[in-house]
Amino acid sequence: MEITLTLNGKNIRAQIAPDTLLLDFLRQQGCLSVKRGCETSNCGLCTVFLDEKPVLSCGVLAARAAGHQVQTLEGLQSEAEEFVGFIADQGAEQCGFCNPGFVMNTIALLRQNPDPTDDEIRAFLAGNLCRCSGYEGQLRGIRAYLDWKKRGGADCGE
Amino acid sequence: MENKNFKTVGQPLRKKDAMALLLGKPAYLDDVTPRDCLVVKVLRSPYAHALIEEIDASVALKVPGMVAVYTYRDVPQKRFTMAGQTAPEPSPYDRLILDKRVRFVGDAVAILAGESEAAVNKAIKLVKVRYQVLEPVLDMHTAKDNPILVHPEENWRSLCPVGSDNKRNLCASETSGDGDVEAVLAGCDEVVEHTYRTQACQQAMMETFRTYTEMDPYGRLHVVSSTQIVFHLRRILANALDIPRSRIHVEKPRIGGGFGAKQTVVAEVYPALVTWKTGRPAKMIYTRQECQTAGSPRHEMEVRVRLGAMRDGSIRALDVYTLSNTGAYGEHGPTTVGLSGHKSIPLYTGGLEAYRFSYDVVYTNVQAAGAYRGYGATQGIFAVESAVNELAARLEMDPVELRKKNMVREGQTMPAYYNEVAGACALDRCMDRCAQLFDWEKKFPVREMGDGKVRAAGVAMAMQGSGISGVDVGSATVKLSDDGFYNLTIGAADMGTGCDTILAQMVAECMDCRLEDVAVFGADTDASPYDSGSYASSTTYVTGKAVEKACLELKEKICALAAGMLGCQPEQVEFAGRAVRRLDGKGEVSLAQIADRSMCGNGLALQATCSHSSPISPPPFMVGMVEIELDRETGSVRPLNYVAVVDCGTPINPNLARVQTEGGLVQGIGMALYEGVTYTPQGKILEDSFMQYKIPTRLDMGRLRVEFESSYEKTGPFGAKSIGEIVINTPAPALAHAIYRATGVWHRRLPITPEKILMGMEEK
Repeated sequence: MEITLTLNGKNIRAQIAPDTLLLDFLRQQGCLSVKRGCETSNCGLCTVFLDEKPVLSCGVLAARAAGHQVQTLEGLQSEAEEFVGFIADQGAEQCGFCNPGFVMNTIALLRQNPDPTDDEIRAFLAGNLCRCSGYEGQLRGIRAYLDWKKRGGADCGE
Repeated sequence: MENKNFKTVGQPLRKKDAMALLLGKPAYLDDVTPRDCLVVKVLRSPYAHALIEEIDASVALKVPGMVAVYTYRDVPQKRFTMAGQTAPEPSPYDRLILDKRVRFVGDAVAILAGESEAAVNKAIKLVKVRYQVLEPVLDMHTAKDNPILVHPEENWRSLCPVGSDNKRNLCASETSGDGDVEAVLAGCDEVVEHTYRTQACQQAMMETFRTYTEMDPYGRLHVVSSTQIVFHLRRILANALDIPRSRIHVEKPRIGGGFGAKQTVVAEVYPALVTWKTGRPAKMIYTRQECQTAGSPRHEMEVRVRLGAMRDGSIRALDVYTLSNTGAYGEHGPTTVGLSGHKSIPLYTGGLEAYRFSYDVVYTNVQAAGAYRGYGATQGIFAVESAVNELAARLEMDPVELRKKNMVREGQTMPAYYNEVAGACALDRCMDRCAQLFDWEKKFPVREMGDGKVRAAGVAMAMQGSGISGVDVGSATVKLSDDGFYNLTIGAADMGTGCDTILAQMVAECMDCRLEDVAVFGADTDASPYDSGSYASSTTYVTGKAVEKACLELKEKICALAAGMLGCQPEQVEFAGRAVRRLDGKGEVSLAQIADRSMCGNGLALQATCSHSSPISPPPFMVGMVEIELDRETGSVRPLNYVAVVDCGTPINPNLARVQTEGGLVQGIGMALYEGVTYTPQGKILEDSFMQYKIPTRLDMGRLRVEFESSYEKTGPFGAKSIGEIVINTPAPALAHAIYRATGVWHRRLPITPEKILMGMEEK
């Protein structure tokens, strides 16, 4: 079947098999930031935005994205760049395989709630598994970023 | 402790690849290898034990797009091991790529290769197999000398004297000791004797096993794999395919987590066979379900501890017997088990008069085990630390004071640790600092919180090693390049831990340059100097020392070339970071000038390769304390605070050492509380996805606090020991302790689920 959608701001027309998962479709389109960590919608690695809302692309058919806007980390580089340096300053990226999903969902969190408490951060990101970091460094990084924002964004972590 | 002023070592610098990974740049195997290749999948056995009587792939091969189906008739009949270890491997040669006998639910039956995933998925259902179903050995207690043999075959082979006998289902066995344990135990006021059981946990790294293979223009098999062990992988593939090692080239891209899983050659043989036979590029990507059921998990162990002590708390004897379940194949079976005693008993070297450590490692018809962070020490420490906590409870002594009385101290010889001396040991300081940070005195007493909720605390100590003494080889090549930057080439594998960065920090320290001036490359069997690989907590300590040695040698070469440029002898110049100066002050040349000079009319390579191996394996030490809130109505446990103080020697990069620690603690919490592994009566694993196999989320681990109390290990680079594995060892015993404090019930079998806690309280 043929679908059209907007992917990272570009209009795309593609032929797909009806059972293609959005995750596989996006990787075929070169959005290699989108990772598969499980097959059961349990890990959060494949998080992308469908009409600006975070979804697990392993649990969505590509056909469902027809006529909609899809964004992956490839399309949100500058928004991500602003805060991921603070994660890097904690060494909390570790193996990095879960990072794109985690970064996507953090962007969603911060758009929705620009000044979250630690517990709100933990709750929002609960579905993003990470086996390396123990999560605490990710939280420290987000917290450091929020503090930096509150200080007016000067004296960047770089 | 030596107080050294380092410039780059000891700095919390960013990992060199951090930004690329955080921004989702293509870096991992499936991102950087061609999509246009054969899809490889494995048909797996539905039975725990069976013989393949007939296998017919003719219909499967008719599926459009199918290229090949291989069965046991198509593979070399030479047994090998998938364990990534230095040859001759202690793990027995007990595998074929495909065998007529299948030995666990999930064992490989056929390898399928096709043009698309859809074709292979369709074909896999069309392979007709007739099995002669055999009775399996599923219980490790009845495995030894069971008439049912997991490996009855005559060409089974053990290369090392590890006490194995396939005709007894025995993968390994040994007894060692020091002093007369029975006599000392007989003279003790108290003998704590219990058996502790740990389950076959999964590493659950986020990137599953995966490998890409192709034939290169030289007719060699080019293997790109998510592996911790490029060099062992080359040898193992050569063994498996029965081809010369010279025909194989292995490299690794970024790795999405390993934790030891990728120290075993789990996925590589399948695409390699396909490419070798068809000449076509092939890729195998394990599903999460395959990872859970046909991976390489922790060895299930049952550890019986007999601990003898006097009423005043002095621990005099430890007798440890471990029964380890290696499953259907013996990868890492003979070696993991050793750590269950040799890295638990030495913690109590203090006044220990005698110890005995014996073990059996048995084959059964379940998923084969392998290497997982902690590598047996985790299992043994759960047992011994729990027994010590049980002793404290019996003597009504503070478990912190009890440990201070008995713990190993710097300078002591540790008979149970191959008579090595604890040359750098800050375990005592770790305990004091941890108790202070945690506020042990206030938190150890059990506190009723109302509504059936109770707060309690637990403690545990841990140790590990730093590489395998006398075996592991670390190497580094350091080269001066144009403009005066350095290339560091290694064979160790950064699997997210940050070894590329910390080894570059060591180069920067030695060469007095910035971290940005060091470009790191690794690991590639054609390009890298030989390295055993990243496992056994070896990279910082062993490879790090090789880096230091290579830098020293390179400096001499740079000075020699510079002396020529300055018209003097090498003894008359000094290396000054960005330049080499004449000692008499009559001139200097910049590093960039020297690098340029080395590329014109020069016969002295400005490059040094050094290897390092250590006769000892200095243990890192740590203390962990946990506070929990337990709901007596539901049995649920919530960790509130976890404080860990670690002595890893000098932390080369404190940020990365801290995150290693935090990650290990959380993995340990998962193992202790909910990472269950259960089987149906037919031997099928129930927890075959993240739906059932629950690893901790960020809501499950409470607050973590990590500090370092560093000793200075003289034989390590810049005083460093290791950090990677030790950090997973304290949560299980500390949590079991806290749960006992809250409920009055000792749980000696992991995971300690709410169900077990509730039932335990009812039975009391």
